[in-house]
Amino acid sequence: MTNLKDLKTRIGSVKSTQKITKAKQMVAAAKLRRAEERATDARPYTERMEMVLANLAAGSEGNPNAPKLLAGTGKQETHLLIVATADKGLCGGFNSSIVRLAREHITRLQGEGKKIKIIAVGRKGDDQLKRLYGNLIIWKTNFLEVKQIGFAQASEIAEKVLFMFDAGEFDVATLFYGKFKNVMTQTPTPQQIIPAIAPEGVEAPDLRGAVYDYEPDEAEILTALLPRYVGVQIFRALLENVASEQAASMTAMDNATRNAGEMIEKLNLQYNRARQAQITTELIEIIAGAEAL
Amino acid sequence: MADKLHFNLVSPERQLMSADVDEVDIPGTEGWIGVLPNHAPLMTTLAPGMLRIKNGAEESRIFVRGGFAEISPSGLTILAEEAMPAAELDAAAIAQRIKDAEEDFADADTDEKKLNAQQGLDRLKELQAAL
Repeated sequence: MTNLKDLKTRIGSVKSTQKITKAKQMVAAAKLRRAEERATDARPYTERMEMVLANLAAGSEGNPNAPKLLAGTGKQETHLLIVATADKGLCGGFNSSIVRLAREHITRLQGEGKKIKIIAVGRKGDDQLKRLYGNLIIWKTNFLEVKQIGFAQASEIAEKVLFMFDAGEFDVATLFYGKFKNVMTQTPTPQQIIPAIAPEGVEAPDLRGAVYDYEPDEAEILTALLPRYVGVQIFRALLENVASEQAASMTAMDNATRNAGEMIEKLNLQYNRARQAQITTELIEIIAGAEAL
Repeated sequence: MADKLHFNLVSPERQLMSADVDEVDIPGTEGWIGVLPNHAPLMTTLAPGMLRIKNGAEESRIFVRGGFAEISPSGLTILAEEAMPAAELDAAAIAQRIKDAEEDFADADTDEKKLNAQQGLDRLKELQAAL
């Protein structure tokens, strides 16, 4: 008897879990579309920026007076890791995989005797990192209060990073985020942002033999461009992260909904069997009783 | 067909405009630049101000704040920190930006930065007067 009741309660609870996962999946699907759009919308700016930078960087190669943001401090002692994750869970292994990648880097760098500093962007990554490297996290931020991540949030992080760089608090900055490939694949990616590396595969525009005029001069433009480049890279990473998070969440919740469905089926079968067994037992008892008379 | 200038205006969040036009006037930090088709390659930083885009008889104006302009044979690209059509711009928005610029000026610690902030501020005030 109790067995039947237990089964019924379990079926009920799995059903309500399934409702939640299903709802979350649909929310993620809707948000994903918007996030993907935003990531695509931001792409022209980044691409242009990379083109301009590649152009300027090529011109200032080997120049001893090149800005430090481009040429580096000449040391590789202190590494700043900006680990960008999501603020919310229910997205499968998305956050963990970014943190794992960051952890591998930290272990490797520490093995080489480098100093590590961490900026944790996003609550989930912070939760996971602070257990292991609580003392290394120098700053953290999350976007729980922000409805839609805009360039303002990225600039805020960039300003912080640039300020620290100017103060000589680190030599190399690397950004960790989940690169959005498609709905099924999101790859945790490390990207070095300081010193800036001109991205590969970006071609300078064909000037048909002419050279650029610069107003003001090249060095000044480069000085103005580089901090902005850092901001743009962070912004891009944040947008990709949002898209990746929603995609991961959608996939994870889809799986969860399906698993819940399978479980309900199994439990239903068990429930029916138990009920049938009970009826059979009762019948046997009645018949046995009748025969005894 | 007469030559047209391929013009792209992008902000970090989206591409605002991509069109073939006759002329674009841009507020460079060192003065106004009128860009016609087949302009020589040029790269410049932008001061806050109005972009004037002329196409045939049409003329549209877009407010930009900070960024870069790049002119190459493939056209003119403006990477604006912030951009909005003049129609959406009102006195309050300008006043807010002037306030920001004044803060920048107060925060500037070197002469060079002060000069830059001052220039930005002047442009904004000009704009406020014109509105």
